Amino acid sequence: MSRQSGEIILDLKNVSLSFGGVKALTDISFDVREHEIRAIIGPNGAGKSSMLNVINGVYRPQKGEIILRGQHFSRMNPYKAARAGISRTFQNIALFKGMNVIDNLMTGRNLKIRSNLIQQAFWWGAARREELLHRAKVEEVIDFLEIQHIRKTPVGRLPYGLQKRVDLGRALAMEPSILLLDEPMAGMNVEEKQDMCRFILDVNDQFGTTIVLIEHDMAVVMDISDRVVVLDYGRKIGDGDPDAVRANPEVISAYLGASH
Amino acid sequence: MPDMASSQALDTFPRLLIQHAQVRASKPAMREKDLGIWQCWTWGDVAEEVRALACGLAEMGFQRGENLAIVGENRPRMYMMMTAAQCLGGVPVPLYQDAVASEMLFALLDAEIRFVFVENQEQVDKLLEIQDQLPQLEHVLYDDPRGMRHYTQPFIHDIRELMAMGRIHNRNHPDLLSTEVAAGRSDDVSVMLYTSGTTGKPKGVCLTHHAFISAAQGGADFDRLTADEDILSYLPMAWVGDHLFSFAQAMVTGFTINCPESAETVMTDLREIGPSYYFAPPRVFENLLTQVMIRMEDASVIKQKMFQYFMAVARRSGAQILDGQPVSFADRLLYALGKVCVFGPLRNVLGMSRIRVAYTAGAAIGPDLFRFYRSIGINLKQLYGQTETCAYVCLQPDGQIKFDSVGKPAPGVEVKIADNGEILVKGPMLLKEYYKRPDATAEAINADGYFMTGDAGIFDDDGHLKIIDRAKDVGKLANGAMYAPNYIENKLKFFPYIKEAVVFGDRREMVCAFINIDIGAVGNWAERRGLAYSGYTDLAAKPEVYGLIQECIEQVNGELVGEGTLADSQIHRFLILHKELDPDDDELTRTRKVRRNFVAEKYSVLIDALYNGRERQFIETAVKFEDGRQGRVAADLVISDPKTFAVAGRIS
Repeated sequence: MSRQSGEIILDLKNVSLSFGGVKALTDISFDVREHEIRAIIGPNGAGKSSMLNVINGVYRPQKGEIILRGQHFSRMNPYKAARAGISRTFQNIALFKGMNVIDNLMTGRNLKIRSNLIQQAFWWGAARREELLHRAKVEEVIDFLEIQHIRKTPVGRLPYGLQKRVDLGRALAMEPSILLLDEPMAGMNVEEKQDMCRFILDVNDQFGTTIVLIEHDMAVVMDISDRVVVLDYGRKIGDGDPDAVRANPEVISAYLGASH
Repeated sequence: MPDMASSQALDTFPRLLIQHAQVRASKPAMREKDLGIWQCWTWGDVAEEVRALACGLAEMGFQRGENLAIVGENRPRMYMMMTAAQCLGGVPVPLYQDAVASEMLFALLDAEIRFVFVENQEQVDKLLEIQDQLPQLEHVLYDDPRGMRHYTQPFIHDIRELMAMGRIHNRNHPDLLSTEVAAGRSDDVSVMLYTSGTTGKPKGVCLTHHAFISAAQGGADFDRLTADEDILSYLPMAWVGDHLFSFAQAMVTGFTINCPESAETVMTDLREIGPSYYFAPPRVFENLLTQVMIRMEDASVIKQKMFQYFMAVARRSGAQILDGQPVSFADRLLYALGKVCVFGPLRNVLGMSRIRVAYTAGAAIGPDLFRFYRSIGINLKQLYGQTETCAYVCLQPDGQIKFDSVGKPAPGVEVKIADNGEILVKGPMLLKEYYKRPDATAEAINADGYFMTGDAGIFDDDGHLKIIDRAKDVGKLANGAMYAPNYIENKLKFFPYIKEAVVFGDRREMVCAFINIDIGAVGNWAERRGLAYSGYTDLAAKPEVYGLIQECIEQVNGELVGEGTLADSQIHRFLILHKELDPDDDELTRTRKVRRNFVAEKYSVLIDALYNGRERQFIETAVKFEDGRQGRVAADLVISDPKTFAVAGRIS
């Protein structure tokens, strides 16, 4: 796989995070280049999800800093992250179950909507024009993810694999420059996984989106990512391209098991 | 293409298109849902795009008489490409888009394809997979650019490039297309459709402009179709049914074809479009009904009760009201109320509120299924035809619907029954030939110019054709009467209690049958009667079960006696087999069709017993269990003699 990775777009320096006495992340540093697919792997409880939560500002690390496009953030928060073009999906899908797919995707456009509540309530003038514009963007996402047939289905009624796809759709509706995916393929069957891989690669290829992903399925990770960070007990034990990581003895003993 | 002389006869599809572009330039010709919105092409737009496509093809060196393969789901540009090829005197060859590459290979080689127009990346990938086996392939054109960015092969082109090229070509050679269209003749081949090839290799069926226009015009007159019809085009473009309904008839009458957004959205699109003219194979109607029934199960008690009550009303009088037959005033009133409360909303949910005429074909439709749609006021009819006859042989006329017939010969079609029961047809819609297969052509069309369908049928007293069997399976009884085993077996299998039936009678004096009961249905029936049984063999031997099956068989005999030549095929004796016929024992094929000869040989003792008038017969059979072990099943089988009916006007 030869993708053109660009400059370092996101740089994490010596990040440490603890919850009371529990150390979730200890002195972790890694970077993400523009347009690459960067995987974070590690056993359960290694701190992968915490890492993502640090990046988009849900958790505030006690130490360390985040440098996003040359800008230093010692205190990121989700709003700033979203404004800076970072969007994400969740390990346990966090959609509005009672709303249909279109409305869920429209929430992804929320940040870009300028008209105020009153204008929107009357759906008049600028508000109307604006909504049509956003709806067209949402339709592009629907087309891209091939979910036309469930456009108007309440999300709660969809099978798990499709909900995952809608979750991705909402993140894409933001037109992010960096996309954080938290176990996008967990709980899927082989076919759904293949579809999801295809979509992730397509997003990366067509929109040039930088992707940071957590995944358990080794075959998937080794197949689609450009570089891999390995965490174990909150520490970084490996970093590099898939082949290098595969060959790293510490990684093998910690995660990949004796079969390699 | 306004510069074309309109004085020419409208006897080819390109000329029809030019005519529509003049007469109804701003009327919708095609719609497709894209990004959630129905996009429309008027006849004027279609003519302009076809011109660009055709000129583009000409620029790339597409030749008169050459074949052009089309692979994809129903998209407006796929249909336009057909006409574009026809404009230049070429022949579009639509192929099944869900076929894997190796299956497509045969047709691509056979038709000597240089140009392929495909829908998307998926199809391009298939072609690249078999590219080295296709020395003649020169150009691959694709419609949907998604995912095609990294395909740098010089022979792969975006269709937009071709059209841009075509527009330039058209400015430089403004007369070329008019000349080409004028050179087209009505007996040129307009399309080549490959038969499915379940027996032997697929054959390319060459059909002319004249054939398809005649078939389309005949059908349109028959059902009084106008330019205002809407149809949803969602069936495979390689199927003759789609080519007739979505292409030929739209071209002849000028109605609008609507392409769904994707295969998964067909139900929603159907509801949004509300077609007035509709065509689907039986399984589509069956799936729709199943969905309705599943949703009814989840409905509230009041809704369920209403549904059940009014469906009973509909069963009683719905079909008669549709056919204009007399129905009591009370029933009419109830039906009208039912229409408001149940049938109307139901038709709306099915997307069938506006349907004036709906057809089904391609396989036998179950009578219950057929009656359901008719009873809620949908004018569902059957038609009969083959790829070789433009799917146009018999149609059911409005108001004369019989579920077990396929209707009367269509206008302009001559149908006769050969001595062996085979249906022979003749008319303008017949194939010109099988592509490069003069041997097959000679075999299919007899010396008098009749096409031999391979189906066996009979005409009933009203002149309706009834398809009974494949001609090669039809035999004769000892007295010379026609004997159609599959027809009788299907009648038996319509009963839920009968899972399999094997009848015997070829060159014998009477018809006898082996029956396999359906363990689920009969077991349920037995439980309700408090009848204890240990397994299949035990249940099958119960006298009560024999009685149940005998009633079914006598009912079939009662039906057969009214069916002319088939009256002699009444079942005189039967037995219920002690084991279920099983593919593991080679008695059924893997697709669960009975291997008649094998069964006859294996159970020859039983057949002898049936024909020698014995009352019971002992048999022991080896069986293979699912885990591979061998075992034996033995039973002393009873043979039963159901009632048969005397044929009117004959002393039995």
